Amino acid sequence: MSAISVPGLAPRKRRGAELFLLLLALIVGLGAYVGVGLGVTGDVPTDVYRLGGGLALLAVLAHGVVRWLAPYADPVLLPLIIALNGLGLAMIHRIDLDLADRGSETGPFAGPQLIWTATGVAAFIAVLVVVRDHRRLQALTYTFGLAAIVLLVLPLVPGLGVSINGARIWVSLGPLNFQPGEVAKVCLVVFFAGYLVVKRDALALAGRRFVGIDLPRGRDLGPILVAWLLSLGVLVFQRDLGSSLLFFGLFLVLLYVATERAGWLVVGGLLFGAGAYFSYLTFGHVQQRVEGWLDPFSDTDRYYQIVQGQYGMAYGGLLGRGLGQGDPVLTPFSYSDFIAASLAEELGLAGLMAIIVVYALIVERGLRTALVCRDVFGKLVATGLAVSVAIQVFVVIGGVTKLIPLTGLTTPFLSYGGSSLVANWAIIALLLRISDQARRPAPAARPMHQDDATAVVRMR
Amino acid sequence: MNRPIRVMAIGCLLMFLALLLNANYVQFIHADELNARTDNRRVLNDEYSRERGAILVANTPVAKSVPSGDSFEYLRTYPSPELYANITGYYSYLYGARDIEQVENGILSGSDPQLFVDRVIDLVGSEPPTGGDVQLTIDPRAQRAAYEGLTALAGNSTGAAVALDPETGAVLAMVSVPGYDPNRLASHDFDDVKQAWEELNSNPAQPLRDRSREEIYPPGSTFKLVTAAAALSRGYAPDTLVNGSAALSFRGFSYQLRNSGGGSCGADKITLTQALAISCNVAFGDIGRQLGEGTLRDQAEAFGFGDSNVIRDLPSAISQFTAPGADDLNEPETAQSGIGQFDVAASPLQMAMVAAGIANDGTVMRPYIVSEVRSPEVEVLEETTPEALHEAVPPDVAAELTQMMVAVVTDGTASSVAIPGVAVAAKTGTAQSSAQRKPYAWFVSFAPAERPAVAVAVFVQDATGVARDDVSGGGLAGPIAKAITEAVLSR
Repeated sequence: MSAISVPGLAPRKRRGAELFLLLLALIVGLGAYVGVGLGVTGDVPTDVYRLGGGLALLAVLAHGVVRWLAPYADPVLLPLIIALNGLGLAMIHRIDLDLADRGSETGPFAGPQLIWTATGVAAFIAVLVVVRDHRRLQALTYTFGLAAIVLLVLPLVPGLGVSINGARIWVSLGPLNFQPGEVAKVCLVVFFAGYLVVKRDALALAGRRFVGIDLPRGRDLGPILVAWLLSLGVLVFQRDLGSSLLFFGLFLVLLYVATERAGWLVVGGLLFGAGAYFSYLTFGHVQQRVEGWLDPFSDTDRYYQIVQGQYGMAYGGLLGRGLGQGDPVLTPFSYSDFIAASLAEELGLAGLMAIIVVYALIVERGLRTALVCRDVFGKLVATGLAVSVAIQVFVVIGGVTKLIPLTGLTTPFLSYGGSSLVANWAIIALLLRISDQARRPAPAARPMHQDDATAVVRMR
Repeated sequence: MNRPIRVMAIGCLLMFLALLLNANYVQFIHADELNARTDNRRVLNDEYSRERGAILVANTPVAKSVPSGDSFEYLRTYPSPELYANITGYYSYLYGARDIEQVENGILSGSDPQLFVDRVIDLVGSEPPTGGDVQLTIDPRAQRAAYEGLTALAGNSTGAAVALDPETGAVLAMVSVPGYDPNRLASHDFDDVKQAWEELNSNPAQPLRDRSREEIYPPGSTFKLVTAAAALSRGYAPDTLVNGSAALSFRGFSYQLRNSGGGSCGADKITLTQALAISCNVAFGDIGRQLGEGTLRDQAEAFGFGDSNVIRDLPSAISQFTAPGADDLNEPETAQSGIGQFDVAASPLQMAMVAAGIANDGTVMRPYIVSEVRSPEVEVLEETTPEALHEAVPPDVAAELTQMMVAVVTDGTASSVAIPGVAVAAKTGTAQSSAQRKPYAWFVSFAPAERPAVAVAVFVQDATGVARDDVSGGGLAGPIAKAITEAVLSR
C-alpha cells in the first residue's frame, strides 16, 4: 500500500471519470433510441425525453449512490452497464414498433423493460446500502446456499412454477413472471465462495500426480460431485441447458481459483464431458440443439430461429442495416434470447464486436477487482461474479451466432427480462462493493509524526 | 491465489476472442453465401421495397415498378403480359423470379457490382437503392406478328416462334403460346397469387414453360438442312444425284423408310436441290445412312445441338441428336435421324439458329436477348457484343445451301411464304410426334437470301381445329414466318 502513503496526495476516487463515462454511455443509449425513431418513422421520437430522462435519472441516481456509499469503487463498470442497458432498451423499443406493425399480440416490451431497469437500479442501491462490507456475507454462506436451492426448486413447485417454451424455470406471481435461477446464480457465487474459503486447504491437498498435474484425492470429490449432480438436476427437471452449464462452470472455476490446483479443472472437464455426452444421448431437446448447431440449413423450418439469426447477421454485414432498417422481427425472440443477432443485424459486425468488447471490459474489471481484493472471500466472489458474466455471455452469444449449440440464457443487460436485469445489476453492485473495499485506503492511521514516533514504548 | 485468477482472465479472453472471430465469420466471410440463400426473407423484403429497374423493348417498358401505396412501396407490372411473359418471366414475392427478372436481378434490383457507385451515392444521400434498366433486343413488331400469328391459329393451338438477326445473334422475336399473365404472380394479393400459381401449374398446356427454348421437339424435315449441310461439307454438290425412290430398305431389317406421300420423289435419281425442295425422305434417309451417326452428330453440334447454354441471358433446353445415354444407332435409326425423326429433338430456338447459321455465311452467332444494361441514371453500363458460337459450315457450303433453300420457296413446299421482291430461303417440316397426336408443323426461313436480315423458326405444336392430314409446315407455320419476316424487313 505504498502508493497511498505519499504525503498530501489523497487516494484517487475517480468518481469524476465515472460521471464523464456515464455521459458517453447515455449518449450511446439515447443516440440509439433517437436512431430508432429516425430509422423507423424519420423523426426524432417525441417521447425521447421520457425514456431518455428516465435512463439519465437512473444513471445519475446510481452514480450518486456510488459516490456516497462506495467512493473508491471501479469507475468503469457502471458506465459500461448503463451503455448496454440503454442500447438494449432502444433495441427492444425498435422491435416493439415492428411487432405492433405486424399486429403481434406480444409486446410492447420497452416500457416494462424500463420499469425493470428501475427495479434493477433499486436492487443495485439496496445491495450497496445493505452490504457495507462484503466480508459480512461470508457469515451467511449457508443461508445463501439454502436460498439458492430454494430458488432453483421454486419453479418445480406445482401451481407456482410455469413452463415457458419447454423450460421450467419460471415462477408466476400474478401478472409477473420471474426467473429465480438468475438470482440463484448470485446466491450460488456467494455460497461457493464462502464454502471454499473454509474448505480450500483440504481440497488443495494433492492426491495422485498424473502427467504433471496433481489430481485431487478421491475422498475430496464429494463437493464437485454434488455440484455436478445439481447441474444435471437443473438440466433434467428444468430442461435448462444454459443454467446447468453456468452453475457447474462457476463451481469449477471457483474450486480451481480457491485451491490453485489445475487438477480440479481436469476432473471437472471429465465430469462435464460425461454429463454432456449423457444428456446428448438421453434428451431429445439436447440432441435437437446439437443438430441445429451442426447443420441448421438441413431443416430450415425446424431450426428456423437459428437460421433466421444467421440470416439477420449476414444481412447486417459489416456496418449493419441501421437501426430500424433491418428485419430483426423475423427471428423469434428477437427482443430477448436473440437480441444479440438483432443488434448485429442493425448495427453490423462493428456493433456486435463493440458489444462483445464491452462485456469483455466488464469481465476484465471484475477480475481486476478480484486481483486487488485483499481477502480470499472477496477474491472468490469477485472472480465468480466476473466469470459468471463471461460464461453467460459466451454461452448465449456463442449460441446465437452458432459458435456453440444454442442454449437458453439471457444476454446480460441487453435482452428483455426482469429477473435477469435485476440479478445482473445486483452483481455489478457487489463487484463495486468489493472494488471499493479493495481500493479504499487503509483506515487513516493515527498521526505518527511526533518526535518519538519511532519509539517502541512511549515514555512519558 | 492471483495466479489462477490470471489464468481465468486468459480463459475469458479466449472465450471473447472466439466470439469475435465467429462474428467476423458469420457477418463477413459467410455473409454472401447466407444472403444468397433463396429462403432468406430479409434480402427478398429488401428488394421488394426497392424501385426495381424496367425491362425495355425499344425503349418502352414491358416490365416496370410502379408505386403501390402499400407496405411494399412498389408493384411490378407488365403492360403487355402475355406477349412478353416467356421473356420477362415474373417477379413474385411468394415464388421468386424467373427468366430476365431472375437472370438480370442484380441490375434490376440495384445490387449488381456495376451499380456500386450508385449504391454509394444512395447510401450517402440516405436514398433507397434503385435498380437499373435492361434493354432487350426484341423488335416489337416482329414479336407482335409472331404472337398474333400463333394465337390466330384455330382453337387453342400451342406453339412457338423465334426470330434472330443472323449477323449478330440478337433475338428479334421469341414467342411461346399459350403465354401467361405475370401480373397475377407479381400481385400483392397473395391469395390470388397462390391461386394463379396453382392454375398455371395444373394447366396441361404448361404456360410457364417457354416452348421456344425450354422444350425440345422432333424437328422433322427442317433437320434435313443439317443433313444437307453435312453432305455438302463432305463432297456432295447441289446437283449430286441422290436416291429418289419410294422406299429405303435396310439389310437385316423388315422396316422401310418411306416418303410422306408414299410415292417416289419424282424419279429414282434426283438432285440434292430437288430432294430438299420437295423434302424427300428417302433421299435424306439414304444420305444420313451413308454419312453415319458421327458425321450427323458433329454437324448438328456445330449448329448448337448438345449445348446447354445456347442462348446467353436465359435458360435453355439442350437440343439433342440422340437421346442422352442412348446406344449407338443402327442403320434404320440413323436414316430416321437424318430426316429429323427417331430421337432427334430441338427447340425452336435451335432451329432458328440452324437457319441463321446458314444465312450468316455458315457461322452461328450465339443468340442473346439483352442488348444493354443501364444505370438508374440511364447511362449505358454494358452493351452486349455479338459472339460467334461455331462455324457450322464453310461459307461456300452456306451459299449452296442458301440457293437450295431459295428453291424450296420458288419450286417446293414453302411457296406459301414467297414475298414479292424478296428472295426468301426456307425449309418446311412436319414431324411425327406420336401415333396418337397430330404431327408438329415446323417452318424455318431467312430473308433476304442475298443479305439476310432475319432468320425465323416457327413451330406449331397442337394444331387444334385442323385435320391431321392438313397439318403441314408450309401451310400452318409458313404464313406466321412470313408475317414475322415482313415485320422485320419493313423496318
